[in-house]
Amino acid sequence: MSSYTYRHYSYRRPAELDGKAERRPVVIVGAGMAGPTLALSLAQRGVPSVILDEDDTVSLGSRSICQAKHSLEIWDRFGIASRMVEKGITWEQGEVYLGDKPIYRFNLQPEPGQKFPAFVNLQQYYVEEYLFERCLAEPAIDLRFRNKVVAVTPQSDGVTVEVETPDGRYALEADWLVACDGVRSPVRHMLGLPYPGEVFHDQFLIADIRLLSELPKERRFWFYPPFHPTNSVLLHRQADNILRVDFQLGRDADAEAEKKPENVDCRLRQMFGPEARWEHEWTSVYTFTCRMMERFLHGRVIFAGDAAHVVSPFGARGGNGAIADVDNLAWKLALVLEKAAPERLLESYCSERRAASRENILNSTRSTDFITPKFPASRAFRDATLALARDFPFARALINSGRLSVPTLHESGLDTPDGDSDPDANWRRGPAPGRAMIDAPLDGERGPWLVDRIGPDFSLLTFAERDFEFGSLPQRLTGIRVSTEGLARQRYDAQPGTTYLIRPDRYIAARWRRYDPAAIAAALRRATGNG
Amino acid sequence: MSDDTSAAGSTGALRRTLNLARPDEIYNAIVDAHKDLDDAQCRALDARLILLLANHVGDEAAIREALAAARQSLAEGGA
Repeated sequence: MSSYTYRHYSYRRPAELDGKAERRPVVIVGAGMAGPTLALSLAQRGVPSVILDEDDTVSLGSRSICQAKHSLEIWDRFGIASRMVEKGITWEQGEVYLGDKPIYRFNLQPEPGQKFPAFVNLQQYYVEEYLFERCLAEPAIDLRFRNKVVAVTPQSDGVTVEVETPDGRYALEADWLVACDGVRSPVRHMLGLPYPGEVFHDQFLIADIRLLSELPKERRFWFYPPFHPTNSVLLHRQADNILRVDFQLGRDADAEAEKKPENVDCRLRQMFGPEARWEHEWTSVYTFTCRMMERFLHGRVIFAGDAAHVVSPFGARGGNGAIADVDNLAWKLALVLEKAAPERLLESYCSERRAASRENILNSTRSTDFITPKFPASRAFRDATLALARDFPFARALINSGRLSVPTLHESGLDTPDGDSDPDANWRRGPAPGRAMIDAPLDGERGPWLVDRIGPDFSLLTFAERDFEFGSLPQRLTGIRVSTEGLARQRYDAQPGTTYLIRPDRYIAARWRRYDPAAIAAALRRATGNG
Repeated sequence: MSDDTSAAGSTGALRRTLNLARPDEIYNAIVDAHKDLDDAQCRALDARLILLLANHVGDEAAIREALAAARQSLAEGGA
């Protein structure tokens, strides 16, 4: 059925089964998108890790397909993002239809001139394939397939995991265990931790098909289309000429009947007309939940991605949220392991990413409520918005078919707020502390790019003339001088001397109008939990 | 799709483009205010809300134009 060939990665007998046990700094459970991304981020900082996965292949089905700019920037550090862009479908615009009429278009990249587009659609199995390949080539990463975690025992300064393999069981000791093992997280269950949240009852049908004709490149969303008049339909193009058609079925649909190929074909026939030809790739009927753990940190066990929080699919906030989690975690965990930061730095992983998850859940719940109104007045306002949208531009902006993932603003004790050390600073724009950095071309329109200059350490971005000298910078801080001409200057509201302190996860930690080494050192201490 | 000036019956007093800094927050605040109310209560709530907002707007031409636009949208079957 699928045009993708699922490779089975080889299982190797773990050395622990032959009595060669060795305590590991980090053990990661789950080789989805988040686990390997974390392992690669840690490896770049010199931290080795073991990844345990019960399976031996990539994601079954296309699942998380919309890879956001922020995620691509992270994967670019491992040299695999350009491959994703080449293989995937770049899109920045979306179109919303009411009936058969287009009523609203949106552009997700209002500021062009960045290395990566707003989104690349690429099936999760390709993302995982590229990540696995990269992990298998990395000596600091021990990626173990068919290694299933069956028991987790927290210790005061570490964790012991019991692992089952085709050759028997072994125990593995780790300083830290990171559970990236998905929405049904076996680790969370083994520790008996609750997963509170909201269950939604509306059912949706995903039909991934290979359509043998011209395909639209942008995201399309229909309310009440002629080919599915009672509900909504979402269309996304993926790599290999595959389309994802997502039909809203309502609460009372019979999932088993809807999944039957003849019934799916009947829906697709109405949508694409009598001449169209297609082949089925993957079909799934789903409902969803929005949940979040009370804490992402439990002693030496850390939860990330769907294991820690889960949202509805409207807005591409699941996979991208998971990648943002591990990007936030990797540098902090590396500093703690090096003893360059106190263990409590990891508390900021919990608070920052819980705030981001709350925002993701809020946004995706609002989209869900707009797409599937829960009570009559909600439906009346939704339908009034749609009816007014043709003549009133303001109503178009209220149409919520999914607010797509962008990096979230966090309020963190690690940040030095504007004006703390520079009360006269007058910022008109530019990313404030707590915001994600913005990419810009450094020389001409086609790069090199600012994101290319950001390494695994903290970066100090200073706008200055060529003869500027950083002097001696604190450890783990890399100086980047940027010309006082050009797009970067505008995007950062810069004047000569303007300086930004950028965290390894590319969030702004502090900014100043003047280059002030003492203030920089203080902000760096604060941003690493040493303040 | 029409732009800001075109629609029939417009006297130009009513703003047609977005005037809310945080549109999703306002939209959801309005919808959520109707939670757990029956139809009659919803109508009663909306009546109060419209009167409050009309008084705040103050501009008679804009209010009359909004009334006409809402009525016209209903007549076109956009219920």
